[in-house]
Amino acid sequence: MSRLIRNGQVTVDTWQLIRNVDAPVSPDGAVILPLASWVTDPVSRLQRLATGVWLAPDDDPAVLAPWLGALPLIAIDFPKFTDGRGYSSAFLLRNRLGFRGELRAVGDVLVDQIWYLARVGFNAFALRADQDVQAALAQLAVFSERYQGSTDQPVPAFRRRERQWPDGVRTAVAP
Amino acid sequence: MYRYDVVDQTLVNERVAQYRDQLRRFLAGELPEDEFRPLRLQNGLYIQKHAPMLRVAIPYGLLSAHQLRMLASIARRYDRGYGHFTTRQNIQYNWPRLEDTADILADLASVEMHAIQTSGNCVRNISSDEFAGVAPDEIVDPRPLAEILRQWSTFHPEFAYLPRKFKIAVNGAAEDRAATAFHDIGLTVVRDANGDIGVQVLAGGGMGRTPVVGVVIREFLPWPHVLTYVEAILRVYNRYGRRDNLYKARIKILVKALGAATFAQQVDAEWASIKDGPGTLTREEFDRVSAWFTDPPYAVLDDDDAAHAERLREHAGFARWVGRSVRGHRIAGYRSVVLSLKKTGVAPGDATAGQMDHVADWAERFGFGEIRVSHEQNLILPDVPVRELYALWQEAKAVGLATPNIGLLTDVITCPGGDFCSLANAKSLPIAAAIQERFDDLDYLHDIGEINLNISGCMNSCGHHHVGHIGILGVDKDGDEWYQVSIGGADGSALGGGRSAIGKVIGPSFKADDMPDVVQQLIDAYVEWRHPGERFADTVHRLGVPPFKARVYGERRSASKHAAQTVAVGE
Ligand code: SF4
Repeated sequence: MSRLIRNGQVTVDTWQLIRNVDAPVSPDGAVILPLASWVTDPVSRLQRLATGVWLAPDDDPAVLAPWLGALPLIAIDFPKFTDGRGYSSAFLLRNRLGFRGELRAVGDVLVDQIWYLARVGFNAFALRADQDVQAALAQLAVFSERYQGSTDQPVPAFRRRERQWPDGVRTAVAP
Repeated sequence: MYRYDVVDQTLVNERVAQYRDQLRRFLAGELPEDEFRPLRLQNGLYIQKHAPMLRVAIPYGLLSAHQLRMLASIARRYDRGYGHFTTRQNIQYNWPRLEDTADILADLASVEMHAIQTSGNCVRNISSDEFAGVAPDEIVDPRPLAEILRQWSTFHPEFAYLPRKFKIAVNGAAEDRAATAFHDIGLTVVRDANGDIGVQVLAGGGMGRTPVVGVVIREFLPWPHVLTYVEAILRVYNRYGRRDNLYKARIKILVKALGAATFAQQVDAEWASIKDGPGTLTREEFDRVSAWFTDPPYAVLDDDDAAHAERLREHAGFARWVGRSVRGHRIAGYRSVVLSLKKTGVAPGDATAGQMDHVADWAERFGFGEIRVSHEQNLILPDVPVRELYALWQEAKAVGLATPNIGLLTDVITCPGGDFCSLANAKSLPIAAAIQERFDDLDYLHDIGEINLNISGCMNSCGHHHVGHIGILGVDKDGDEWYQVSIGGADGSALGGGRSAIGKVIGPSFKADDMPDVVQQLIDAYVEWRHPGERFADTVHRLGVPPFKARVYGERRSASKHAAQTVAVGE
């Protein structure tokens, strides 16, 4: 059972990520199925209310649109942390498709990408086994500001407050 | 120029702290090289042949005297007393110690500078016209938008692991001095018939292995929509850009594969749901940023200065320098001055710490404390009164910054090449030096006239060889260094007739020793064939590549035949 960060807390993970559907699965407990089997296997999906689905980098999150209200968990896989497609998938799920359940990063999930992952809308991180959980928690607060809007803060810095200059003077006028 | 507020400064400081911890973990063996690499790249740090190389951003080419002094101080303290200005308005240090890099970033942060996203598969430093704000042909000052884009792209959470690097250029003048057609996104700030400001959007341009001229995907985008539209482009690219092949990963390949129209449709579809959302720029923000780019307190000066006119008559050397290095200005009595970093014998784009300090001093004494960096790898003092030009010339000459070759053959654009860069196929600096030596005669150089000669050490094209009127590319043939020559490229600037074109290779490549002769042959042919007043690029455009090709290879064939006959006789 791997360690999980969910909503800023370290918790024990009760979900089982099924990468290979042909491999034997323990029948009880919640599972996260690959998109292809989840979509084509409606029986098991209905039987197990708590079934989750995971997306590969090139899976289109829009295909989940009809079920988003009922889905408890979507995971997005990062086979390699440098493959950034999952960031856009997450953004789309949260903003375009309105998914409100658990959005979990799985795979090559490392401490140093946590900030960006959290910003685009992941609220759960199944860190790679060798990663330092405390360091990952610290990264959730590594920056105190955000220039541009994303899921965690849709309003960019320039709309949120009157920007102040170091001497405290508000300058919409030339210095 | 723009000054950081609390938000800007806090973010840069927090970035230094984040990187310091990552560097510590790397040095302690806790962070493997594979995982450290993208992190250090997004902080400007490469591991080069001899040492790490740190690339520092000079956003849209704008520097204060204070910042330039810090760059000089970093060169002295952490490097070997010099720095290299690049074709993307950055400065590179070739000899820092890895252990010092966090301290260097902290020093940069203390003067509102950084090395954020100067490398890696993310949105890079935003580049622009080096004469922004002072050029007589400016339509709209591009700097506010460039700064707004800098902030938008900095730490963008969704676009830090793109398929490949992503470069944005902004131009706002009649002449395209930012090579907008050769960027992933090229923005030209324009006014519509009502006088409203917007941008024309080019996408999919680039150099590298597959050079492509960018295509217009939106003719007029009102300024409030720039950020959301750029976001839509990036999202489409992030999702659908190729990741299976490094050489096909740039957005230009996606745009080509889909076709410009389909690509534009996909962008529009993506844009539809964020358009008018919170990312839409506000008038207040546009004004806030623009307020930092208003005119300095220019004096009311006569555009003609009697003493200056007399010196021009008296000193041929001064007149020559003025003819090449001094540019027109929006304000009467002022000029912009290009300080040449292309003195023969010095690597193009290199400046010593001492030179940087001098330039910083001149910027304060003769101007308003501002310096520009051009993609041609020269430094610019944007606001020099006409009557001070002579004093500036004398001082610049004394420290080797007044070579009167701006826009001429020896004003070579060159990447660091095989002497420093681990990706290189061949050296580029010695080729530049050999050509500069061959064409060292100033009268001759001026007679040849305006021409861009660009040299890259490999297909990555950091030396912009594709758009050189003469382009030279280092290639590897069985472990030997060879050079491929192309002509007819043009980067969109006036020197190339305003065209944006990719050069055509003239034929099989040459050995290093032959390069000065090959350039000589091209120049001889041009001098013979040119119409009065016609530039090299225009002659090539008129005649096409074949006659030049015939000239170079024809002469080489007859030369080798001649050599063979001589040998035969000798035997
Ligand atoms: S063009 Fe090639 S050799 Fe030159 S700096 Fe770029 S990567 Fe290095």
